[in-house]
Amino acid sequence: MAEKIGVYVCHCGSNIAQMVDCKNVVDYAAALPNVTVAREYQYMCSDPGQEIIKKDIKELGLTRVVVASCSPLMHELTFRRAVEEGGLNQFLFQMANIREQCSWISENKEMATERAKAIVGAAVKRVAFQEPLQEKKVPVNPNVLVVGGGITGIEAALQLADSGKKVYLVEKEPTIGGYMARFDKTFPTLDCAACILTPKMVNVAQHPNIELISYSDVTRFSGYVGNFTARIRRRPRYVDEEKCNGCGLCTEKCPISVPSEFDCGLGKRKAIYRPFPQAVPNVPVIDREHCLFFTKGICKVCVKFCPRGAVNFDQKEEFEDLQVGTAILATGFDLFDASKVKQYGYGRLPNVVTSLEFERFSHASGPTGGKIQLKNGQMPQSVAILHCIGSRDTNFNEYCSRVCCMYSMKMAHLVHEKTGAKVYEFYIDIRAFGKGYEEFYKRLLKEDTVFIRGKAAEVTDFAQTPAEKGKLIVVAEDTLLGITRRIPVDMVVLSVGFEPRKDAADLARTFSISRSQDGFFLERHPKLAPVSTASDGIFIAGSCQGPKDIPDSVAQGAAAAANALSLIDRKEVTLEPTVAVIDEESCSGCKICLGLCPFNAIVFDDTKKVSRVNDALCKGCGVCVAACPSGAIEQRNFTDDQLLAEVESACASAK
Amino acid sequence: MESRMEFTYYPGCSLEGMNKAYDQSARLVSKSLGIDLKELNDWNCCGASAYMSIRELRAHLLSARNLAIAEREKKDLAVVCPACYTNLTKTNHYMGEDAKLRRTVGSALKAANLQYMGTVKVRHLLDVIVSEIGESEVRAKVTKPLSGLKTAPYYGCQFTRPLGDYDDKEFPTMLDTLLKWLGAEPVNFPLKAKCCGGILMTTNESVALSLVRSLLDCATQNGGEAIATICPLCHMTLEAYQGNVNKAFSTSFKVPMFYFTQLMGLAFGFSKKELGINQELISSKALLERRLEAR
Amino acid sequence: MSSNYEPKIVGFLCKWCAYTGADLAGTSRIKYPPNVTPIRVMCSGRVDPVLVMKALSSGADGVLIAGCHPGDCHYTSGNVKTIRRFKLLQKMLDQFGVERDRVRLEWISASEGEKYAQVVENMTETLRTLGPLNWDGGKEA
Repeated sequence: MAEKIGVYVCHCGSNIAQMVDCKNVVDYAAALPNVTVAREYQYMCSDPGQEIIKKDIKELGLTRVVVASCSPLMHELTFRRAVEEGGLNQFLFQMANIREQCSWISENKEMATERAKAIVGAAVKRVAFQEPLQEKKVPVNPNVLVVGGGITGIEAALQLADSGKKVYLVEKEPTIGGYMARFDKTFPTLDCAACILTPKMVNVAQHPNIELISYSDVTRFSGYVGNFTARIRRRPRYVDEEKCNGCGLCTEKCPISVPSEFDCGLGKRKAIYRPFPQAVPNVPVIDREHCLFFTKGICKVCVKFCPRGAVNFDQKEEFEDLQVGTAILATGFDLFDASKVKQYGYGRLPNVVTSLEFERFSHASGPTGGKIQLKNGQMPQSVAILHCIGSRDTNFNEYCSRVCCMYSMKMAHLVHEKTGAKVYEFYIDIRAFGKGYEEFYKRLLKEDTVFIRGKAAEVTDFAQTPAEKGKLIVVAEDTLLGITRRIPVDMVVLSVGFEPRKDAADLARTFSISRSQDGFFLERHPKLAPVSTASDGIFIAGSCQGPKDIPDSVAQGAAAAANALSLIDRKEVTLEPTVAVIDEESCSGCKICLGLCPFNAIVFDDTKKVSRVNDALCKGCGVCVAACPSGAIEQRNFTDDQLLAEVESACASAK
Repeated sequence: MESRMEFTYYPGCSLEGMNKAYDQSARLVSKSLGIDLKELNDWNCCGASAYMSIRELRAHLLSARNLAIAEREKKDLAVVCPACYTNLTKTNHYMGEDAKLRRTVGSALKAANLQYMGTVKVRHLLDVIVSEIGESEVRAKVTKPLSGLKTAPYYGCQFTRPLGDYDDKEFPTMLDTLLKWLGAEPVNFPLKAKCCGGILMTTNESVALSLVRSLLDCATQNGGEAIATICPLCHMTLEAYQGNVNKAFSTSFKVPMFYFTQLMGLAFGFSKKELGINQELISSKALLERRLEAR
Repeated sequence: MSSNYEPKIVGFLCKWCAYTGADLAGTSRIKYPPNVTPIRVMCSGRVDPVLVMKALSSGADGVLIAGCHPGDCHYTSGNVKTIRRFKLLQKMLDQFGVERDRVRLEWISASEGEKYAQVVENMTETLRTLGPLNWDGGKEA
């Protein structure tokens, strides 16, 4: 049966037309078998462009449509909709990508045009074999999983909970709050981080629609948009959350002290501890590795003193499956390990600290009670703050970590305020891009901060003049003055950049999402879809997507919540019908396909002795299709006929 | 003893002249450790520091010829001079990345009936000893530990830069580690990977002298009694110009210099004559008598 | 070999990783030889050796199969099957006398636009050196 194919070649302004001779392609297409009409137009995706297609379907009785333009990842949905509106099933449409993979990558017009013709020819051949398909509609579970209880996850959870949806907020640490809980003041307002964060943390704890699952992680995540199953592993605190009233007596009496992770190892905590006083949940956790009961079978002082009998050494790891419709990943970041950059002497020279360690010094509940001090207990009289440690660096991370300039200036201000010391900032550029940020920079200039434009080359203890004796000397090229400078200081603070978390790769695998080159989670579109991922129903927000400050993290948390709500309130979503189907007549019952399916979507019918695909579970990868020796399995919209036709034409001579 | 590690050995031009002792001691201690060094047949100069900056393509041809000959032996190539290491490694690296360079060099090699397929790995001998041979084997050979001789380990600028990924680029520690295995005490030497001036001594003497001065200052201030080197040019620069430094800055440096292989040799029990010690410009006789021979 | 010979490559690119990565090369305006006609599949595991043979017998001088890095497959283990099939495919190609360099399997993530461009550049260069496949005995003009 002869098809009537309409071919539309888009100029995309000059994006395609500049490199591809569209008229040539149109003429070529018009001469292909089964092509009824071939046209070119400036912008096919525009309203008038789409109208042309709809008109031709109606007036010329087209049975198939090919649009040669940008990537299907860009506008496949747009044109499918247009085709459907024109009265043709949307799967009788195929796109030919002659932009991203043709005009934009070519430097030779002739070759680009030949390639475009081959691509269009392949699409034309393929579309003739395509069949009408119906999208499947599935209901959406209104529950939401939010992974990560930092400021981003908290914002997302609160927005969703306030709208009446049930939220499971899963947090890996014993408390929510993330990195923000460890900061002293935040730029540029110098708000106390804890003061603005803790009320939100309390809201989360008290909200009837939020189930806070702390000290837990997600071990498995399966299903499809609207219908996910998340397996949660609850780690044992050895303290009963229901019984504990947060009095803190156990922590007071515990005889074991170890370095505190919350304080970057600069302060101490007990073996039974809360990370910080305003922890939510305000329930301590026992560290098995150092607790005397777990290591030696003795002590149990906490049990003795607990008024509620909340300590329970018999607690075990528990697993639970949660059913949700959408998931938001707000898992945050890690800081660059400064010991990798040996020339700054972190870990080797005394009084070289990271920015986070500085925050803990400055914090009133930190290891020094809020005093900025050197190893010998004295206050520094001069401090150097080195920007871009690990960032904008081809040896480590090439990207700019966005927030470090601002937090460096904040630290400078705190040094002025608390010690009156002289502050030197060694920078490459000052990135003060946000609201009030440039004004903050001016303020720091007024405070007599010395800004030296030149990334520090090294920090050395080798004194070359009497003034340098006993000091740390920062060596840098001052590019504004055009000389190398050696500045002796008492303390060096390294402004380290953000990195993806060490478990980011595992998380990405668990949730089947991709990561960018720099390792952060990959958004669907960097400009237009920053919180969605390529996987429907899974959203990302905050620093797990890329370094950002608190205002942007909160904005993304709210954005992800809005995205999730949009899906949920639709009540149902459509699934791509590109599933596998087995022709029972051709199936020989060899069962090769069963073991190959990553989702166990194929079952064997013992009565009929044939295999069958469960299309609720089938995700449409096509692995079974390629394996079937009888050719009994077909993948809808990716059938062998369609692909063979596409391949055949892909290399045909365009002459 | 069986040879566990087999390498083709590229001594480089400096080891034939002023720095013969480096070659001598390197061959001796390598043999002790079971490292078989077969000198590369008909090797040519690598172009040293200057040629690559002036005639890049031809410099690549020099290195490629060496690599092509080495490839025939089907072994990796061991070097003791960081400049040779840099040139050979650069050629290896760029030929691997750049198809055009590969083609051009390939056709030049073809004219000499040679070809290079990119399979040779170039290694600095210090890297081989520390990374491949390892602590227990080295310590096993130490019959006369170096009595805590305070040694400043000097790497110079080309040991890890630009393409030496086997140690930290800015603050390497391989030589420090080896010195400990030999029973010496590596002193804190913040300038250990800083430039000695090298050829600059002939073109801008005052700058080079002040660089040498800083190095000697830093090494001795931290208690260094001697300096261990891994580069023949650094060794010569630091040794031969101590007198000029003293004149220019009114200092009184007299710091003995040892190739790291000479220190290894001393610890392994070889004689000073075998290691080429007592051929040097700044005598180490007194130091060795005082610190090592009395043990 | 005619001096007008331009290698023709068919590229089977998985939608989630390789095809997206190839798009990224274009969005970043990276220039590379336009010798590949991309064929989008949902997963590299969909690529039946029959499709590869069809490509070679229809005028392709080379075939590129590109998918997600092992461990990162959107369908968890689709690309593992690709590896197994590819090894068998190579044996088959040997028997046909088709040089192994003509059919390549590469892992290209959605953010590896540069890598895709480099792979295509390398492959085009290699195919130029190998010459046209001439599966049908050079009937083509």
